[in-house]
Amino acid sequence: MSVLAALVRRDLLLALRQGTGAGTALGFFLTVMVLLPLGIGPDQALLQRIAPGALWIALLLSVLLSSDRIFQADYEDGSLELMTMGPAALEIVVTMKGLAHWLATGLPLAIAAPLLGFLLNLDPGQIVPLVVAMGLGSVALSLLASLGAAVTVGIRRGGLLVSLIILPLYVPVVIFGVAASAGAGAIDIATPSLLILAAIALVALVTVPFAAAAALRAYMH
Amino acid sequence: MKIEKYANPARFLAVQKVVQPWLTAASVVLIAAGLWLGLAVAPPDYQQGETVRIMFIHVPAAWTALMVYTMMAASSIVAIVFRHPLADLAAKAAAPFGAVFAFLALATGSLWGKPMWGTWWVWDARLTSTFVLFLLYLGYIAVWQAIEEPTRAAAIARIVAIVGFINVPIIKFSVEWWNSLHQPASVFRMGKPTIDPSILWPLLVMGVAYSVLFAALEFSALRNEVLARRIRQMEIAAAQGS
Repeated sequence: MSVLAALVRRDLLLALRQGTGAGTALGFFLTVMVLLPLGIGPDQALLQRIAPGALWIALLLSVLLSSDRIFQADYEDGSLELMTMGPAALEIVVTMKGLAHWLATGLPLAIAAPLLGFLLNLDPGQIVPLVVAMGLGSVALSLLASLGAAVTVGIRRGGLLVSLIILPLYVPVVIFGVAASAGAGAIDIATPSLLILAAIALVALVTVPFAAAAALRAYMH
Repeated sequence: MKIEKYANPARFLAVQKVVQPWLTAASVVLIAAGLWLGLAVAPPDYQQGETVRIMFIHVPAAWTALMVYTMMAASSIVAIVFRHPLADLAAKAAAPFGAVFAFLALATGSLWGKPMWGTWWVWDARLTSTFVLFLLYLGYIAVWQAIEEPTRAAAIARIVAIVGFINVPIIKFSVEWWNSLHQPASVFRMGKPTIDPSILWPLLVMGVAYSVLFAALEFSALRNEVLARRIRQMEIAAAQGS
C-alpha cells in the first residue's frame, strides 16, 4: 500500500511543483470559457443552454492536453523502467499514475467548473449535478488519457495522434456526462445517465491499466 | 492446427497465387451483377424515386466497414494469442480498405441525404457512429505510420484495434441514447422488416460483392506486406554486411 501511496504522492508533487500540471490545465479551461462567448456571441439564453456541453468539451480538451505528462517524462529519463522492476505490477503503476492525473487535473477542473460556469450564465440548479458528473466522468477521461499517453509514449510529437486515438473513446463519456449534468436538480442527481457514467468509469478502471501496461511494455522491450 | 498451417508466409504466398485470380474475377462479376440488379432491375421507391438506388452502394459499404473492423480486431487477438506472423500484417493491410468503405458509406449517405432530408449531414445516430468508426480507422492507420520499428508498431496497433473494437458497441449505444434525447422524431425512416424482396435481393448481392472485393484486395495487399517485410529484412542483412 505504501508503494501505491508513494507513486500517487510523487506524481501529484511533480504535477503541483512543475507548474505544467493543474495550473496549466486550469488556465486552458479558463481560456476556452472566455473565448467561447466571444466566438458565438453574448446571448445569455444561448450561453445558458450550451453551458454544460461547453464545460464538458473544455474539460475533455484540458485532460487531453495534459495527458502527455503521465508517462512521457518518466519514460524518457528511465524512471518508468525502474518502476517496472519495483514491487508493484506495471498495471498497478499505470492505475496509480492515472489516478494521480485525475487528482491533479480532472478533480480540480470539476470543482472549478461551476465558477467558470458563471461566465456562461450556467443555471444554478445544474451546479451540483454538473460537479458530480464531471468528478465521476473525469475519472474515465483521465484513465483513457493515460491509455492514449501509453500508446504514444515513444513517439515524438505524439499529441495529435493521442487525440485521434482517444477522441472516439471519449464519445460515450461526453454524451452521458452532458446528459447527467442536465440533471433534475440537487435532490435527484442519481439519474440513469450518471449511473452509466459511473459504469464507464469503473470499466475503464479495470480494463485500461492492462491495455496501457501492454503498450508500455511494447515500448520498453 | 489450421492457424499453424498457414502461419508460414511462404505457404500464404503460394495459396494467394492460386486464389487471387478467382477472387478478383468473382468480385468483378458480383459487383457487375449487383449494380445491374440495383440500378436497372430494382424498381424505384414509391416515395424516394430513383434516389433510392444510392442505397445499393451505401448500405453494403457500411456493412463492410463494420465487418472489416471486426476482422482487424479478430486478427489482432490472433496475433496476441497465437503469435501468428501474418495476423498483424493482415490487420494492417485491411485498415485502409475499411477506412475507404466507411468513407464511401459516409459520402454516399451525404449525397443521399441532400435530396431526401434537404441537408448534406444530419447528426443521426447511425451517421455519427459510422463517422466515429472512420476516426477509429484513421487512428489505427496513424499508429502504423507513426512508429517506425515494425514489431513495436504491431504491438501498439493490436492494442488500439482491440480497444477500439470493444468501444464500437458502446459508442453505438451511447450515440443512439444521445440522439433519442435530442431528436425525438428522426428523419431516418427505413423500416427493415418492410423492405421489399425486389430491393432486398440486389442489396444482399451487393453486400456479398463488397465482401468478396474486400477479400480480393486484402489478399493482394497482404502479399505486398509480406514482400515488403522480406525486402526490409534483406536490406537489413545487406546493411549488416552478412
